[in-house]
Amino acid sequence: MRTIPLLALAALLGACAAPEPWVKPYERERLADPIMQLSGAATADKHREHVRVVREGARGATGVQGGGCGCN
Amino acid sequence: MVATSLSRLLARLAALLGGVFALGPAGAITLPENRAEALAHAYDGDGVRATGPALLIRKSIADKVSLSGSYYVDMVSNASIDVVTTASPFKETRRAYTVGADYVERDTLISVSGESSTEPDYKARSLSVDVAQEVFGGMSTVSLGFTRGSDDVGQKLVGYFDTATHWQYRLGLTQVLTPRWLATANLEVVADEGYLGSPYRVARVFGAAVPERNPRTRTSRALKLGGVGSLDEKSAVYGSWRYFWDTWAVRAHTLEAGYRRYVREGWLADGSLRVVNQDAALFYSDNATAETRYITRNRQLASYSSIGVGAKLSAPLGKWAGSYAVTAHGGFERVMYRWRDFTDLRSGGRYRFDATVLQLYLTATY
Amino acid sequence: MAPLRIVRWLQALLLAAMATAATAAVAPQSPAPDFTLRALAGPNLKLAEQRGRVVLVNFWATWCGPCREELPQLAKLHDKYRAAGLVLLGVNVDDDPRKAAELATRLGLRFPVLLDTDKQVSRRYDMSAMPATFLIDRDGVVRSIHRGYRAGFEQRYDAEIRELLKE
Repeated sequence: MRTIPLLALAALLGACAAPEPWVKPYERERLADPIMQLSGAATADKHREHVRVVREGARGATGVQGGGCGCN
Repeated sequence: MVATSLSRLLARLAALLGGVFALGPAGAITLPENRAEALAHAYDGDGVRATGPALLIRKSIADKVSLSGSYYVDMVSNASIDVVTTASPFKETRRAYTVGADYVERDTLISVSGESSTEPDYKARSLSVDVAQEVFGGMSTVSLGFTRGSDDVGQKLVGYFDTATHWQYRLGLTQVLTPRWLATANLEVVADEGYLGSPYRVARVFGAAVPERNPRTRTSRALKLGGVGSLDEKSAVYGSWRYFWDTWAVRAHTLEAGYRRYVREGWLADGSLRVVNQDAALFYSDNATAETRYITRNRQLASYSSIGVGAKLSAPLGKWAGSYAVTAHGGFERVMYRWRDFTDLRSGGRYRFDATVLQLYLTATY
Repeated sequence: MAPLRIVRWLQALLLAAMATAATAAVAPQSPAPDFTLRALAGPNLKLAEQRGRVVLVNFWATWCGPCREELPQLAKLHDKYRAAGLVLLGVNVDDDPRKAAELATRLGLRFPVLLDTDKQVSRRYDMSAMPATFLIDRDGVVRSIHRGYRAGFEQRYDAEIRELLKE
């Protein structure tokens, strides 16, 4: 009856304990390497973006951030 | 003139980039490191040559706030197809100044920046605020950003006759997937209001030149999904796809893919490919055969595709004056543009051209 | 009745969920997990052998900015309290120990640098940030955990070390 869907929901909630971060801070060596950087020198990136925006109709969503070393 | 879109959009983008890029290479929420950059840039394509220097200085005060200032110059000599077929070649200089401040509190980075760009007939000012927050054990970085831009639109021999206002809203997520892979998602909404065209550009209606008529509002959305992965200790691969759509019916897909590799001790090489495909705005026409409320022959809003091939190289130059770690960089890109619905009035065929972008710069961290 | 059975089920499932979610984390007042690690210079070092002395264990890596900033501060603390009986252990988690050796030589670190290349000890200490500093008292009990590093943390370490040395 109604108990079965309720139990299913409870089981689902029970099984879904909040996921733990699976990449530990001490495993982020490769991510901290400059080769994995999403953005480079600000002046160069700004110029490149400018050259594109002037000639293309599309703009936006170029912001990039984060990644790296898990420090602090 | 053509350059009005330059400053109009750069003022917004620079404000965006100034704040967001402050997170720097190591990611994780720390104050951006002190750095100085000096760039010489050049663009050559379609009869337009734009060159100039750009400088950036960033310094943190008492390990609490990082201040930055940058100066950018564009010396443009314009003999593009629009200019050559409807007017005469011209030269002008655009100067842009940006100042910014970044502040870190635990897992949050707050960036504020302002930009002012000036050219003889266009002034753009913008203010941006960006907040980046590390969540989920440092595996995810969520960022929010807002920029408000205000422009004064002018015309040579007429003066400043109108204004344009812009609002940009940004949402971003960087997610660590594995110790080797990162994924990013960015969403940006841009709303414009005011004079959004160019007083120099003409449209063609029944073969005759008429001043273009653009709507006074535009709202655009862009969604970009990307990823970076480390293949081994020396190389990485990256890629992204951006979909753009707006209320002017412009639709564009941008695909980018690249490969980076350490080729010698500390030398980093980067090769990339960028493909764009765009569908024209609703009121765009190469040669209109009806009188419509809005009409434009702006190539930027036409249907075209482009392929760009890029290569970059960075070489460390060691420590200068004891505490400045200097790196030299060179970047080159060749972009091939092909239009589907813009005619080259000089030859009668579909317009196309190849452009070259060159960057030579030094970066120093201290 | 049926509603009561549902409540029982929910309680059981919640308990199960909480049990699986709970990690055997290293927390203040819990005993410090023992480890034996190879040192950069010298023989293997075992934590349990330091019983009777105050130990500061710092996990660091060459690729971590705040870690590099913190190391000279730890070196100063080591010089200051070494005679009083403080044992300072720097556990490096780089994939390549040579990078650790290079940085240790460059900074002139005189405290033992231990190599946790396979990250086994890091996993046991279950750090939530890098760098991570654990202060362990003379009975081998973890007394405080510091996550990350910001300018000024070394003053906290100084105060806590002095307290522990008095015991």
